[in-house]
Amino acid sequence: MIKHHLPDEVLMAYSAGNLPEAFNVVVASHVSMSDDSRVRLETYDALGGAVLDTVDAVEMGEGSLEATLAMIDRTAVDAITTEPRTLKPGVFPAPLQSYVGGDLEDVKWRSVGMGVKQAILKTNKSATVRLIYIPSGVAMPDHSHGGMEMTLVLKGAFEDEVDYFARGDVEIADQDVHHTPVAVGSEDCICLSATDARLKFRSLLPRLAQPFLQI
Amino acid sequence: MKSGASESLAEECTQEAMATLWHKAHLFDPSRASVSTWVFTIARNKKIDVLRKQQRPEPEDLPWGPEAEPDQADVIVLQEESERLSKALAALPEKQRDLVEKAYFGDMSHSEIATVTGLPLGTIKSRIRLALERLRHEMK
Repeated sequence: MIKHHLPDEVLMAYSAGNLPEAFNVVVASHVSMSDDSRVRLETYDALGGAVLDTVDAVEMGEGSLEATLAMIDRTAVDAITTEPRTLKPGVFPAPLQSYVGGDLEDVKWRSVGMGVKQAILKTNKSATVRLIYIPSGVAMPDHSHGGMEMTLVLKGAFEDEVDYFARGDVEIADQDVHHTPVAVGSEDCICLSATDARLKFRSLLPRLAQPFLQI
Repeated sequence: MKSGASESLAEECTQEAMATLWHKAHLFDPSRASVSTWVFTIARNKKIDVLRKQQRPEPEDLPWGPEAEPDQADVIVLQEESERLSKALAALPEKQRDLVEKAYFGDMSHSEIATVTGLPLGTIKSRIRLALERLRHEMK
């Protein structure tokens, strides 16, 4: 039972396409697991559509229609068939599987000490997303992040000063939150964590306080 | 177009989005999203693709998958809801609507909106929140 869903501000920013790729991986993975967040995300997509309907039309350049029609002809139909987004069921949701190139057993871990391992996923450079493996009973090594940190639990659970987080739960912390997550329970804990040291992202989601919209 | 991109990039982006809409028209399911929502998501993905040169990871599809034939009742309910949403949006005070629009199409964070509009960040956040609360109220 997921207790910690994504706040509306994050879902709105994901819907608008204003988040760095690394954070999008975490949001897409969490939404795959949380019906509550999925429903709210669909609301924001609908709002985006409604906003699109209300904005003024923009004059297109000369020859734009011809260019578009030419593009339609050029694009091979087989190139745009959508690949199924439901892969084989595993520990990782589909969007994460496509970044890892497989499931848990395919992760190329690197040890960072105390039995803790990590694997950084390849995204563009605006932010970083990594898988973190923490043996049960071990605390996350001290890590500093200048900006925002968004952590999704994939397996096991961790506990910190804020609360208890299990599979599907997501915790958001900014640099003011000093927390020491400790893996708890019988299983080792595996998390997906995005960080952004840049001020830009931090100010995008200043204090995830006010719950926004739940139409 | 509204995201502050250069004109030629924006044109390219729009043309590609139109071409994608054309090719994917058969995948559109009117019981799952309104046309506006569908156009919005495709245009947004194209924008991320062209302007930011990054992939957009999408959530997993729900296990029951696309239905063979959309349910007409669902289609009608969805159409009505999206009409109500558009009306509610149009009825917002201009200041609130403008900020919601910027949040989607300005390609800006709230603090960047603050710089552009000269409004304090707190004002922007409370106006967006008010707008969303009003919409939620209208949709009840």
